[in-house]
Amino acid sequence: MEHVSLPALSRVAICGGTHGNELSGVWIVREMQKQQVEKVGSISITTVMSNPRAVEACKRYMETDLNRCFTDAILSAPVTDVTPYEVRRAHELNAQLGPKGSQEAMDLVCDLHNTTANMGLCVIFTTFNWISLHIYKYLKRITSAPVRLIHVDVPLSDAHSLDSLGKNNLSFEVGPQPNGVVRADIYNLMKEALDHLVDWVQEFNSGITFEGGEVEAYVFEKSIDYPRDPDTNELTAIIHPQLQDKDFILLKPGDPIFLSFSGETVKYEGKELYPFFVNECAYYEKHIAFHLAQKTILTIPSVSVEND
Amino acid sequence: MCTLLSRVAVCGGTHGNELSGVYLVRELQKTEKPLEEEDELVSVLVVLSNPRAVQQCRRYTETDLNRCFTHATLNGPESDKTPYEITRSRELNSLLGPKGSPEAVDLICDLHNTTANMGLCLIAYSDHDWICLHIFRYLQRQMPDIPVRYIHFDFPPKEAYSLESVGKHGFAIEIGPQPHGVVRSNIYTTMKAGVQHVMDWVRFFNSGTIFEGGSVEVYTMVKNIDYPRDSETHSITAAIHPQLQDQDFCLLHPNDPLFQTFSGETLRYKGKEPLYPFFINECAYYEKGIALSLARRKFTNGECRAHSPWFHNSKVIQ
Repeated sequence: MEHVSLPALSRVAICGGTHGNELSGVWIVREMQKQQVEKVGSISITTVMSNPRAVEACKRYMETDLNRCFTDAILSAPVTDVTPYEVRRAHELNAQLGPKGSQEAMDLVCDLHNTTANMGLCVIFTTFNWISLHIYKYLKRITSAPVRLIHVDVPLSDAHSLDSLGKNNLSFEVGPQPNGVVRADIYNLMKEALDHLVDWVQEFNSGITFEGGEVEAYVFEKSIDYPRDPDTNELTAIIHPQLQDKDFILLKPGDPIFLSFSGETVKYEGKELYPFFVNECAYYEKHIAFHLAQKTILTIPSVSVEND
Repeated sequence: MCTLLSRVAVCGGTHGNELSGVYLVRELQKTEKPLEEEDELVSVLVVLSNPRAVQQCRRYTETDLNRCFTHATLNGPESDKTPYEITRSRELNSLLGPKGSPEAVDLICDLHNTTANMGLCLIAYSDHDWICLHIFRYLQRQMPDIPVRYIHFDFPPKEAYSLESVGKHGFAIEIGPQPHGVVRSNIYTTMKAGVQHVMDWVRFFNSGTIFEGGSVEVYTMVKNIDYPRDSETHSITAAIHPQLQDQDFCLLHPNDPLFQTFSGETLRYKGKEPLYPFFINECAYYEKGIALSLARRKFTNGECRAHSPWFHNSKVIQ
């Protein structure tokens, strides 16, 4: 694959508290703001507490999920008296870090999240960009937890997450951690990942060439809901003990996926895929028991910063 | 010697986001007379304690229901401004109490979850209530694969603030770790089995079975430790240290690491006495100013045999 030259990444945004009860990002951003981290070498860093009201209340969101508010449709609709808080906030963040898709947007937006699922460190990106893939490749040096790449393949206009505001986008998703709790080991892992990200960006900006190669990615394919009572919509079964905590372990037809409250096992039917976000707290209301992904190999070119 | 346990209450959803108890109570309420058998000596009430909080999947809506059962709160004045949970505590006191009266149910078993790595804990206000201690020992023996411990909160009955203090006998079953708002099947299954064993013990007891006395290990709560906080904002400045995280009931010695600040510094335990930590990093306790609780461990020295006066077949259980 041919070498690619890319513009320098001089403006980087680190966002936490996009979900107010995912506390690693909240405390990392708070600490960075306390240390007044604004410039690291060639990079100017903007730290953002994305959803301050939800952080204050220690809730995922106040009225609607902020991390679903960054589609082109929502960002271009006018704000009125009845616009929910999070949609207003999305417009503010778009003005601050975007506008999405424009030349003025941040060079890189990294959004910090936690999950109750046993996912280790995941780098999630939507819009295809070599920067995020190289950062993932660089993060593979971390040994304290598994590091994986997840691609949610949607066109930019439909990308609903905050990081899609940046010219290059990625989220760090670290788990397992209960909502509303800060675990030191999870905090340390996220901080280590962020430190490596900043190192990589500095090295990239300084002219270093990063070799290409192959990286493994999990590409989102579909979601599976819990079995529910048709009248009340309540769960009638929960994640089976043999699937609980088994994120990224291949799921085959016939494998147990749910255990009903009355003790019956429900088995998986479908093609062999990799489960992730298994038993994520916030997804009960979104009707997602777990996601399923295909594993694929992506070839990435060598990259370096373009000369002016 | 103790009287028959003829009325037992199993309560879940006292905290609306502690989901094992919520789902277990819902499941039990699907059957008309759950946990009861034919010609039963015991009637079982299954109660969803805080339906509003359950509906919103929150710990509470206005105030923590499980702090509303002191005599003072139960007997205070009622007005338009009375918080939902206080109104509810008084309803529960009518249903299951009144606390301290002969009409109160014989036994309350209140179901809880914690984000702390505590296994199964039976939490009670007494370290000499023979019913609670015998049930605890029975649970330990019937569930050898999970850690089962007894935690004693040394409060006089009037000051006892939680739901199980309404019954003549009562305890909370606390199982973790489970994130709030999540139900883990291993935790749910453990809770279901625990409740079944409690009911089995009650049946054995009512049928005249004699339970031999002996000594059991009890953790008595001594004090709580709060997070280090910023003096102006009151925000926490550190998290539970990685070497303490998940180490509930592993003896904490003076100078052991306690906290790691967000800037990476280690803070150490300054107490003089080694104590047993529990409720380490419980989500709901951040706002209560509790990073962990500390307990002394001891053996009770009661030799009380427990049996009801209803002698049918005097089967002795060691």
